[in-house]
Amino acid sequence: MKKTVLRKPKGFIDVYKHKPGAEKDRTHYCPGCGHGILHKLIAEAIEDLDIIDDTILISPVGCSVFAYYYFDTGNFQVAHGRAPAVGTAVSRANPDKVVISYQGDGDLAAIGGNNILQAANRGENIAVFFVNNAIYGMTGGQMAPTTLLEQITTTTPYGRNANTDGFPMKMCEVLSQLSAPTYVERVSLHDAPHIRRTRAAVRKALQNAKERKGFQFVEVLSTCPSGWKIDPVKSMEWVKEKMLPQFPLGVYKDVSNEAVAVERPVPIFDPAIVWEKLGISSVADVDFPRGDVPDEYRKMSIRVAGFGGQGIMVTGQALASVALEYGYNVSWLPSYGPEMRGGTANCSVNIQDGTIGAAEAVKPGLLLAMNRPSLEKFEKFIVPGGTLIYNSTLIDIKPVRNDIKVFAIPITGIADELGNTRVQSLVNIGAYAAITGMFNVDHVVELLPKLFKGKKQAIIDLNAKAVKAGYDYVKENF
Amino acid sequence: MTDAKYPRSEVDPDKCKGCGLCIAACPKKVLVFSPKLNSKGYHYAEYVGSGCVGCGNCFYNCPEPDAITVYLRNYDPEKVV
Ligand SMILES: Cc1ncc(C[n+]2csc(CCOP(=O)(O)OP(=O)(O)O)c2C)c(N)n1
Ligand code: SF4
Ligand code: SF4
Repeated sequence: MKKTVLRKPKGFIDVYKHKPGAEKDRTHYCPGCGHGILHKLIAEAIEDLDIIDDTILISPVGCSVFAYYYFDTGNFQVAHGRAPAVGTAVSRANPDKVVISYQGDGDLAAIGGNNILQAANRGENIAVFFVNNAIYGMTGGQMAPTTLLEQITTTTPYGRNANTDGFPMKMCEVLSQLSAPTYVERVSLHDAPHIRRTRAAVRKALQNAKERKGFQFVEVLSTCPSGWKIDPVKSMEWVKEKMLPQFPLGVYKDVSNEAVAVERPVPIFDPAIVWEKLGISSVADVDFPRGDVPDEYRKMSIRVAGFGGQGIMVTGQALASVALEYGYNVSWLPSYGPEMRGGTANCSVNIQDGTIGAAEAVKPGLLLAMNRPSLEKFEKFIVPGGTLIYNSTLIDIKPVRNDIKVFAIPITGIADELGNTRVQSLVNIGAYAAITGMFNVDHVVELLPKLFKGKKQAIIDLNAKAVKAGYDYVKENF
Repeated sequence: MTDAKYPRSEVDPDKCKGCGLCIAACPKKVLVFSPKLNSKGYHYAEYVGSGCVGCGNCFYNCPEPDAITVYLRNYDPEKVV
């Protein structure tokens, strides 16, 4: 239908309710910023193509980080440079949606350089709008990969020098060499006719996206009056005079006519197949009867933390493995510090009957702290009424919370007395069994040959003693 | 003074950030900076009242979603969608 009025497109949210502050009727962009012009073209196109409710926008890090304030679409705001990766996931999980990745040049060509390359190379069903304003706008005007030769920025005060800073990165030229992309064009916002051309490119990319025709890439030469320190009207002239010679406009690739809708095989996730491939039995071999577990310990979210080498991961794995034999659902999520040995390490374990959501024990019901830094770091996260077990051999401070149950156990000491500090993990399991009533020590001992498959009988016997020692300590002292 | 005829450009003074891109893009030079300041302290753009040909340049050059509305030649206020 022919337009009779040019007004705020319906692709924008009526009132920007997600935007903090009083000004919910205007954008956060600087006067004359090219982002606003492109936003309007995209909002108009998704209205005209009737895909407002079918569009999911991935907004980047950069000045357009808040694009989700404005577009009346689904939105994900993602980490710097990762829009094509998240866009891939969103598009594959929602094959009937139009996925837009909106990115600046720092975002797309610097930190996210490989992300865009891989997504383009896979021909993901994503329409990418790449705002090339030759600078990092949001952080105050540093050099971007697309900064022009000779261009002065806060990090190239003498002008960009190819010898030290490389050449302006030409993303259209790079991406159009790949086999998969469908449509690659560079356009510009420097005057009304070129904005019209940009409008056509935006519409073409979104029409292709609507037809699932793979990877669409529109590079938009844009302005950053604040970063360039040039007034908005002169900024338009600067694009024409300075940017156009180094970034030639035009269609770099277009196979839209031959392109067919990209169909991905529907992902199948059948746990039985995965288990079989991993050689894991989906049925617990030993199905131990559960004891009388108090309510508070029936749904466990546990953090085990200490030095690397203190058996932190083994403790977590053992907790999960034993619980599995009682028919619980379990998860184990390791988190290593940067050092291999001697650094900090922690893991999260979930044990419960229902489906496990987040594997990370952000607010654990039980913290097992093996050293002082772990106690200091994680004590505050224990849920009120939760449980703290700490290694009193090594921790010389007292916990500060008084709304939790505390068990000070000389874990390292007990293991040492048995003749091997490395059995601390199983001392932990014994103590855990005594405190929570979740495991029966005899069951744990019965499982040891399975947990320590391939280990000598002497090691297994020693660990059996460790389980009992941990258990007995709790029973005798608390 | 604004004549009632269409086409006509309309600037919302409070949403205008005074960047001047519409003024630069208008082929008929019928948009100007107002001598007045808006609530944010910008000299906002203003339609002089006649001479608009409805090309839409100002609308598409304007980075603000809702600062400029252009009523085109065939606009009929009775049939607003
Ligand atoms: C992982 C990470 N590294 C660095 C930053 C800092 N940072 C924020 S925006 C930005 C650059 C944005 O530039 P560009 O993508 O060109 O967008 P513009 O602001 O110019 O629109 C950087 C480096 C960050 N937020 N996250
Ligand atoms: S800093 Fe530059 S890119 Fe960011 S909003 Fe301002 S003009 Fe736009
Ligand atoms: S529509 Fe065209 S002629 Fe009318 S005010 Fe806007 S730019 Fe000028």
